[in-house]
Amino acid sequence: MSENTITFEIDGVEVQGTAGQTIMQAADVAGIYIPRLCAFDGLEPFGSCRVCTVKVNGRFQSACTQPIAEGIIVENDSEELLELRRNLVDMLFVEGNHFCMFCEKSGNCELQALAYRLGIAAPKYPYMFPADRNVDATHKDVFIDHNRCILCARCVRASRDLDGKNVFQFVGRGPQKRIAVNSRARLVDTDLNVTDKAVEVCPVGAILTKHVGYSIPVGKRKYDHTPIGADIEANKK
Amino acid sequence: MSENLESVVKTICEGFSNEKSRMMDIVREVQENFGGVSDDAMDLIAKQVQTPRVEVESVVSFYAFLSKEQHGNVVISLCDDIIDRMFGFERIKGVFNEALGIDVGETTEDGSITLETAPCIGMCDQAPAVMVNNEIFTEVSGDTVTEIVEQLRDGVAPERLRRRLGDGNNSNPLVSAAVSNNIRKEDEVIFAPLTCGNALKKAIAMSPNEVIRDIKTARLRGRGGAGFPTGMKWDFTRGAQGEKKFVICNADEGEPGTFKDRVILTERPQLLIEGMVIAGYAIGAEEGIIYLRGEYNYLRPYLEDTLQKARNSNMLGTNVMGKEGFNFDIRIQMGAGAYVCGEETALISSCEGLRGDPKNRPPFPAQKGYLGYPTSVNNVETFCCVARILDQGAGWFSQIGSKGSTGTKLLSISGDCRRPGVYEVPFGIKMTEVLEMAGGEGAAAVQVGGPSGQMIGPDDFERTICYDDLATGGALMIFGPKRDLLEVVEYFMEFFIEESCGYCTPCRVGNVLLKQRLQKIMEGKGEPSDLAYLEDLGNSVKSTSRCGLGQTSANPILSTLKNFRPLYEALVKEDQPFQPTFDIQKALGVAKGIAGRSSMHFAE
Repeated sequence: MSENTITFEIDGVEVQGTAGQTIMQAADVAGIYIPRLCAFDGLEPFGSCRVCTVKVNGRFQSACTQPIAEGIIVENDSEELLELRRNLVDMLFVEGNHFCMFCEKSGNCELQALAYRLGIAAPKYPYMFPADRNVDATHKDVFIDHNRCILCARCVRASRDLDGKNVFQFVGRGPQKRIAVNSRARLVDTDLNVTDKAVEVCPVGAILTKHVGYSIPVGKRKYDHTPIGADIEANKK
Repeated sequence: MSENLESVVKTICEGFSNEKSRMMDIVREVQENFGGVSDDAMDLIAKQVQTPRVEVESVVSFYAFLSKEQHGNVVISLCDDIIDRMFGFERIKGVFNEALGIDVGETTEDGSITLETAPCIGMCDQAPAVMVNNEIFTEVSGDTVTEIVEQLRDGVAPERLRRRLGDGNNSNPLVSAAVSNNIRKEDEVIFAPLTCGNALKKAIAMSPNEVIRDIKTARLRGRGGAGFPTGMKWDFTRGAQGEKKFVICNADEGEPGTFKDRVILTERPQLLIEGMVIAGYAIGAEEGIIYLRGEYNYLRPYLEDTLQKARNSNMLGTNVMGKEGFNFDIRIQMGAGAYVCGEETALISSCEGLRGDPKNRPPFPAQKGYLGYPTSVNNVETFCCVARILDQGAGWFSQIGSKGSTGTKLLSISGDCRRPGVYEVPFGIKMTEVLEMAGGEGAAAVQVGGPSGQMIGPDDFERTICYDDLATGGALMIFGPKRDLLEVVEYFMEFFIEESCGYCTPCRVGNVLLKQRLQKIMEGKGEPSDLAYLEDLGNSVKSTSRCGLGQTSANPILSTLKNFRPLYEALVKEDQPFQPTFDIQKALGVAKGIAGRSSMHFAE
């Protein structure tokens, strides 16, 4: 065991990580799944969706941004936290217009998969049905549907840090906050390419590629038979 | 694209060395020059400072004072906070609407005057208040409105509009504002006579660690509201690794009902500057920033002049007061209308020329703050306390107030009372004593600490103001027995929705849902289960939000559910568990409009 090893506890289980890791990173290695939406392997932690909220020594923290420390007691799989996460996922559903039944992302969508994993059959909050969210279909290969955007900033970070382009950024604030593109208005006027990581990392159906539809039929998609997080739980020794 | 725009934008950017981190100053100047930051202007700025265009739009679209749309040369902002609403906001808005022939959010046909509203501009003790560009008008009557509009129509520039000048430095030619200080009670820390330079002389005769030790001995805690021990914050910042360090003064006082920093900035800026220099010496910083809220732009010339005088007397500059190797200077960073920037990491983002989004912590500003350097952010009043502690001694200071809360506190008192204004009181004072001083006896409720604080009723008036009981940044709004407290709560929720940065889910979405359900109850459509819904949702927002704004935004609802529950219970109908909330006519409205007829099945 190197001197960089840090030992701490998640739900009573002893976990070892290395200095500099976040709680989420260490938990992933240990095969403990902490639900998440904005966090994505290889992208800088963002901490906006709050779905990974855990309790660290009794205090609420986001697991994707909180570094591990020797001896901390982390609560993850408690009814209190599960309820908070259901509420957050609920909020994301009612905030936008998410029509799973005709969304190309259905079955591969992390928001949908997380709702199923958390046992949400229907949101308990009233739908907002926003009417001011548009679709940008100007690009020849990619379109953005703001109705389905959950403002996780994966595209912002991937474009900036992986593609080296800065195609996306947020504009507005509060409930009017939106993803915008690096041109006066249209996606086609940016240097986005269909092969960009920024396109691939969208957890929902907000950024989708054109010319492909249902090449994998519903029923055979990523989360149709295995719940989200199962890949992480497979790491468990 | 006009050549004029191109050359002016270029000059403005060059004035800030084409430095991306000065984006706030750049876009503010462009806005001032052209009444907006147009698409063309954003393209030019992006090109000039070599940043993606969307980054510029990201900043412009964040701040209330900045706009892509062209505003008139004159922008009239009506202060729309709860106190102004109680003291005639609607009335003067009506007079403006009529006199200008436009509604809020519109510009006159000739393009000259824009009418807007702004959340609390820090004048609650003299409401209703109005800003005309940078000029402030307080206790505005219908006649004043008519006069303002007439003069503006005659082409009088906003700064030349006729008005009386306020007391103290408000009459200083560099301020010349129609603002009153309303200092009702002076005590020995903030409002004692000035003794410029004494504190700093004593500080530089000691080692930086000894200065920090004194601040710890005085048990000084932050005056902005959170109450973090100042000495500890400085210790962390001093101990952190970094080529450079920064001292930032949070003068973004945006909590509705707070205006005490405005009075300090008007009457005691020398004390503030001295405190900042001492902080610089203690933590090892050479640069300080005063982040001044956009609403206090009228104080800027006076503050710049005070800084210049401090430079002239070597309280700022190189080898400060003859201390070899200690250099320190201060610049003012103007905000542009964003309450969230009062949160220290959002304030740092704003100073860096970014959207005012709070940052992830850790790292804390003491480790990695402004531009990634260790930074200490402290409140205006805290710096003033620092200067007095160094001058008069930590022992002297710690004798004032109560054990866990040493020193005095400035209170900003407004609402239903006979003597609204600023009071300097020792910590540990009872609410009953405060109400008596302010002439607010018979209050039905007091909002302690602004919307993010709590609303208390007479049962709690024997409690004391200190960090361990009624903790507050100093705002006390008094509500008499005739006020509808749920309307107050509704306003506070509107405020938080408007001011949320939108970064995290619970604050962006949860507050909207909270307000919707509150309104349902207020309309008499509430069900018994709605109270539990509000509590559950409120606690979710509180527990999972990313920064202090979201963590406190549900407080108006949660604290009134706790302290004023009968108000809610009277509105929810126990005997009718199912309340119709769906309005079929409203839902059919759009369809009826398109069809041009009403529904055959759902007659009105």
